[in-house]
This record gives sequence, structure tokens and C-alpha cells, in this order.
Amino acid sequence: MALPVAFFALFFAYPVAAIVGRGLKADGVWQFGRIGDVLTRPDLLDVLWFTTWQALASTALTLLIALPGAYVFARLDFPGKQVLRAVVTVPFVLPTVVVGTAFLALLGRGGLLDDLWGVRLDTTVWAILLAHVFFNYAVVVRTVGGLWSQLDPRQEEAARVLGAGRLGAWRRVTLPALAPAVAAAGVMVFLFTFTSFGVVQILGGPAYSTLEVEIYRQTAQLLDLPTAAVLTLVQFAAVGAILAVHARTVRHRERALKLTDPALTSRPPRGAGQRALLGGVLLSIVLLVVLPLGVLVERSLDTSGGYGFGYYRALRSADAGGSTFLVPPLEAIGNSLRYALAATGIALVIGGLAAAALTRRAGRLVRGFDALLMLPLGVSAVTVGFGFLITLDEPPLDLRTSWILVPLAQALVGVPFVVRTMLPVLRAVDERLREAAAVLGASPLRAWREVDLPLVRRALLVAAGFAFAVSLGEFGATVFIARPDNPTLPVAVARLLGRSGELNYGQAMALSTILMLVCAVSLLLLERIRTDRSGEF
Amino acid sequence: MNTTTKYTATALAAALGVTVLAGCGGSDDGASGTSKGSRTVTLVTHDSFNASDAALKAFTEETGYTVKVLKSGDAGSALNQEILTKGSPRGDVFFGVDNTLLSRALDNGLFTPYEAEGIDRVAADVRLDAEKNRVTPVDTGDICVNYDKQYFADKKLDPPQTFDDLLKPEYKDLLVTENAATSSPGLGFLLGTVASHGEKGYESYWKKLKDNGVKVVDGWEQAYNEEFSGSAGGRKAGADRPLVVSYASSPPVEVLYAEPQPTEAPTGVAAGTCFRQIEFAGLLDGAKNEAGGKALLDFLIGKRFQEDMPLNMFVNPVVKDAELPELFTEFGATVDEPATVAPERIAENREQWVRSWSSIVVK
Repeated sequence: MALPVAFFALFFAYPVAAIVGRGLKADGVWQFGRIGDVLTRPDLLDVLWFTTWQALASTALTLLIALPGAYVFARLDFPGKQVLRAVVTVPFVLPTVVVGTAFLALLGRGGLLDDLWGVRLDTTVWAILLAHVFFNYAVVVRTVGGLWSQLDPRQEEAARVLGAGRLGAWRRVTLPALAPAVAAAGVMVFLFTFTSFGVVQILGGPAYSTLEVEIYRQTAQLLDLPTAAVLTLVQFAAVGAILAVHARTVRHRERALKLTDPALTSRPPRGAGQRALLGGVLLSIVLLVVLPLGVLVERSLDTSGGYGFGYYRALRSADAGGSTFLVPPLEAIGNSLRYALAATGIALVIGGLAAAALTRRAGRLVRGFDALLMLPLGVSAVTVGFGFLITLDEPPLDLRTSWILVPLAQALVGVPFVVRTMLPVLRAVDERLREAAAVLGASPLRAWREVDLPLVRRALLVAAGFAFAVSLGEFGATVFIARPDNPTLPVAVARLLGRSGELNYGQAMALSTILMLVCAVSLLLLERIRTDRSGEF
Repeated sequence: MNTTTKYTATALAAALGVTVLAGCGGSDDGASGTSKGSRTVTLVTHDSFNASDAALKAFTEETGYTVKVLKSGDAGSALNQEILTKGSPRGDVFFGVDNTLLSRALDNGLFTPYEAEGIDRVAADVRLDAEKNRVTPVDTGDICVNYDKQYFADKKLDPPQTFDDLLKPEYKDLLVTENAATSSPGLGFLLGTVASHGEKGYESYWKKLKDNGVKVVDGWEQAYNEEFSGSAGGRKAGADRPLVVSYASSPPVEVLYAEPQPTEAPTGVAAGTCFRQIEFAGLLDGAKNEAGGKALLDFLIGKRFQEDMPLNMFVNPVVKDAELPELFTEFGATVDEPATVAPERIAENREQWVRSWSSIVVK
């Protein structure tokens, strides 16, 4: 408990408080009048309204489209399931620059929809909503599906035997068990879309602005710290309220569940209904996820001399003269992986400890900490980054120019994922198993190792996958935080897109494709680890 | 609050752990931000900075100092980070303050005055702080409307040349520009119209431009790669806007990065629509390695680096004795009379200009 608290105090609470304080203090006196001044500005109220309703709409749409997907991944067996599970997670880790480009290619002028039906959705809210579904599909599939696959189907069967209808059994047995995970996924999606930055900027055009975009503008571009501080507080309050609601629902629903090995719960689809469902889900994945990704691949191969690997070859010899601008992409991949490993390590240690502490103890204080852990998701990277600048500037902690800052900032975002994925499973471990182990003479540590670990290993790996993925595609901290120049893949892509010329554009597409593959391969490896071990249950 | 002390202790322990971790990162630069000895000079800059390894090596051979480059976001955000950390800077020299941000940097007292060696070779009209030498001009670049040659040839239409041309009915729905609030070419173009139509007249100019169907997107990447029909990305996307706000150096870049290289640039520059950007560097107040910082400033306006810049950053040198590469002389546009606005006027009015621009064009 102490380590996570310290970590958050030092790398989150203190920097954010410092930067907000700087905005709200003048000559050492708190100027709370500024809050009122900012909150009565009509342009900012518009931003707040838009932020809220687009997040609600995005969340509803994501749940609607992704929940059937969660069921299919949890309960049905079909060829290529592993690969597909990795594929749907890829969008989640793609930098927004890349996603924006892909969606413009689909929805914009001359895009696929335009060719087929003359429909153009760019600079409309629809483009934003669809991109949000694209991003967050995996959040729902992995959090909800992860638990669903471990629910024992025999409980539902028992209810059927006792006379419940198919729907009734599902409603009384499975749904209550799933609800916390669905709520958790919903809250995550809402948080992501509420604090959406790149998607709104690229696809919405300048007419749409979220709170996050506004905070970035006020801080990084205008250095209007007072306004930024007030907006940060508003975002804090909003996120806090969401989390409070969420915590209540989860508390009323959580109870011990009988978890089983996921390998035993999924079967090949039976009957027309299940086949139709599987077909529908596959179709939605193809349209929503595979198609935008496919556009990127297509453009990376579409050289002036016909289709080929010209851009990939160009990557290898990028600016052969060598310069500080472009590094060989191999190096960028290495940088990205190194950051991601460090960030995952930090997030797992901090998040794992926090989740364990939260399972063991109850009480108001602990619950407050639970919510606190989620807050980094609702605070913009620019606020944290600029907070680092003014707080971590004294030796022995002058980390401002150190590469470790980037993984640290990424881990802040990763920790909530780790906690969210671990908690439902940890809390669902039946206490009596631990008691039995203790009675048989096992030390607490041994009991944890023998009882909890096998049951939560899966959740741990899913959590690691998330933390890793978040770090790989993370663009905010890597951009705002000065680093000795070792760019990550997303940064390299953004740089290439920031220059004119065919080769640059093509190389950006090629690098994005490589990024996609790296993500997919990393995620597939994680899936592999899991299946190799599942026999130990 | 005895719990706080406990937390502080833990925090320190955690921090130590982190520092140890950082040491294991296998990264070639240490975890501490202090420059190791005085042999390293740290250049803080924005993401677009670029120099060839050969040029940086030449600096090390000349002076014995090694340059460490720290990049922190776009130009505006990099400067604001320096302002936040004023007095305890992350480096010795900052490169990348342009004339639209110059007043903000000077008013905040970021820089220690230093007259760089060879400053007399720098053109007088770019030395905006010639009296005090708090900053040294390093490069210039022009923000201009680019046009797609192919489109105008096909339509047998002359491309526009001036700001007023853009209002003509034959160019209706052809121009795409960037958000002046978030993009530096977008802001440059807005300032260009302020310079050409005055602080009173620019608003009515933009109303007319809006009526003539100007499209505004958020950033340069999107405007150029997705909306502009003359760029490689735009051609692929089937873009339909043959006019875009970009740079005077964009056509040479299109040539350089085309495979195979064409004999003529696919795009041209409307020379009467340009706003000149000047980029400066300065010695940071509180720099740990002042001597190294001064040597670096001398180097930045030296012939070696000035001739290295055009093909690495696509900007123009500021010293008379630097020769432009062939690519620039052959495909680039020379802009004789770019629009300019005095830095202090920009500092005073920028917010208000951008806000009224937004209310006219975006809403």
C-alpha cells in the first residue's frame, strides 16, 4: 500500500497540484474568484457540453457494438480467434495521428464511403464517434470477455434445470456476475472519450473541441495557467463524479464467483443463432477495425511505381547522411519497446500492489485510494508533463531530462488498467480457499502463491498487455516531455507526416504498419503465454 | 501530519528505486539532468529541429564540446516549457523562438545577452534584437499559399498570386488553411492578412474569404497531406483543394522526396501571399555551461551550419556567405516582399486576432 501511495504522491499528485497551484495563486494568495470568471465564459461552457455528450454517445455506441464481441470471444471457439483477439486490440495502441489518417482515408473525400455511396463523414461528429468505437472496442472485449470466459457455464445450466428460461437464467446468473466488469469497461470508455484529444482534433476539425484539447491549448500554446488550472479542476470534478458512481455500482454487485479455466467454457458455435451472432460480430470487426487498418497497409505499399515495398526499403536507408531528425526505424522500434517494457514493469508493480491492498482491506480510506488511482486517466498529459517540469527539477530528483520520465508518465496511465483488470478477479477469489490453505499451514505468502496467483495469472497478463499497449501507442507524454532524442515509433510517424513529399508520406504509412505489426505480435505473444500455462488450473 | 513524513520517506525510497531503474535502462545518457562536466552543451529545441550528424561532429572537432539535443514538442509548447522552468533551465541554449513568439520570450527574461561571433554577416532586417543581442537570428522561412500546377494547367486558369486574388470567384472552394489557434502556418497566414489588410481590414477580408469557400482544418499535416491535391498524400487520397497554406520551401521538398525525382516541382508558390518567419536562438539564463552555449551560438550562424540547414530543416540561411543548395535555387521560390508584423504588436494582439478569426471562420 505504501509504495503505490508514494508513487502517486510523487509522480502525480505533487506535480499536478503544483501546476494547478501556480495557475490559481497570485502573490501567494489563492484566487478562487478566477474559477467563477472562467466558468461563465460561453465558449468554455460550449466545450464542456460537447465533451460530455459526445462521450456519452461514444460509450453507448461502443458498448452496443462491443458487448456481442465480448460474448463471442468468451464463449465461442472459432479458427483464428487468438489472432483476431490481438487484431482488435491493435487500434487501442495506435497513435491518434495514424488513426486520424486512416479514418480520413475511409470517411473523407475520395475515401471508400465516398466512392461507394458519396457519403462524407469527416469533420462530423460521426467520424469522432466511430473512431472512438474503433479505439475502445478492445477495452470492452478484454475486460468483459476476460471475466465472461471464466464464468462457469454450469451455473447457468443449473438454473435452466431448475426451470428458468434461457434469458431468465442469463439475467439472473450471468448478468449479475458480469455487471461489475461491464460497468468498469463502460467507465473506462467514458473516461477515454471524455478526455479524447487527438481524435477530436484531427477528425472533428477546429469546430469541435473537448476539455482536453482546450486544456492543452491554454497550457502549451497560450501559457494561460489560470484558465488551464480551472479547466483541470473541472475535469477532475467530472472524473471524480463518474468514478464515485462507478464505485457504488461495483460495490453492490461484487461477490465471490466460481471461476474456471477459460479453455473449458468456450465451444464451437452451435445452432443458427450462435452462428449468426458470430457472423455479425466478425462483420462488425471487419468494418470497424480491419478496414481502417487495411487502408494504412494499402497506402504503405502504394508507391508511384505500382504496389511494392519501396517505402519500407526507403525506411532502411532513411536520410542515409544521418541526422538527428530521422533515426533508422529499427532504432525507433527498439526505443518504443524499451519504454513500453519499463512502463509495464512499473505499472504492474504499482498496480499489482495496489490491487492486492484494495482486495484485502475495506473502509472509506481504501475506497478513496481506489478512485484516486483512476484519476490519471482523467488528467491530461500536458498537465502532468508541465507539472513534472516545475517539480522534478531539484537534485537528487532532477528527472526533467531523463528518459525514465516517459515510462513513468505512461505507467501513470497504465496503473488504472492494471487495477481495473485485476480487482474484479482478485475480489472474486473465494476467501474460503485462502482460509483452507491457512488451516493447512500455509503462510500468507504461500497461500497467495498457491491460491490467488493461478487464478489471477490470466488477469495479470491481460493487465500487462494493456499497460504495454498503452505505452506503445502513447503519444501525449512522449511529445510533451523533453527527451534526449530517441524517438518512439509514434513520434517518428508524426515527424514524417509533418514533412511534405511522397517518400515521407509513404514512409509514415510504412512505419505505422510496422507499429501495428509490432503491437499485434506483442499481444499475440501474451496470448501464447497464457495458453501454454492454462493446463495448470 | 506524521503520516506525511512516512510517505516522504517512502517516496524517497521509491525515487531512489526509480533512479536505479533508470541506471539499468541501458540508455546512453545518465539519469541526472546535470551536464556531465563542461564538455557537453545541451540544446533545447522543438521537434522540427534537425541537423546532420556531420555538422554536429564538426562542432565537436572545432570546440571539443559535444551537443546533446533535447526536443520538447512543437515550437510554442517548447518555448512555454522554458518559460515555466526559467532560472533553472534544462539546457544551455534554446533554439526555435520565432518572431510570433519573440516578445513573450524576451518579456520573460529567458536569455542572457550575447553577441555571437560573425553576427555582422547577418542581414540587418532579421536582427530584431540588434541592440541587446538577447537572441541571435538563425534561419528564415516563408509561409505562403502553394498551388497544384497540374490542376491550374488542366483548367487553363492562372494560379492566384496575392491575398486579394484569393477572393476572386474563379478560386471559389479551392483553398484549405490551418487553424490559426493551433498551427503555426495557420497563424502565419492570418498575420499575413493582418499585415496586408491592416488591423481594421483583416476581419472583412476573412469574411469574404469565408464566403469564397475557404476550408479550415486543424493542422498542417491534414491540410497538406489529405486536402491538398498537389501533395503526394493528397493525390492518393483524391484530394480536391488545389490551394493550401504551406511553406515556400515545400515545392523543393516535394521534388527531393519523390521517387523518381521529377524535373519540375508539382507545386508552385503564390509569392504575394507570404508571411516571413524568423527563428532565433539564445543563451538560456542560468545555463550550466555558458562557455559551451556561446560556442554553440557562434556555430549556429557559422557557414558550416548555415549551409547544413536548408536540406535538413527546409529553411533559409540568414548569413550572406552561405550558399543555397541547387535544389532550392532550382525549385524554390524567392519571396521578395514578405509580409511582416512587429513582434510586440503580435504579442499584444495575437489572442484577440485569433479569437475574432475563430468567430468569423470556425463558428
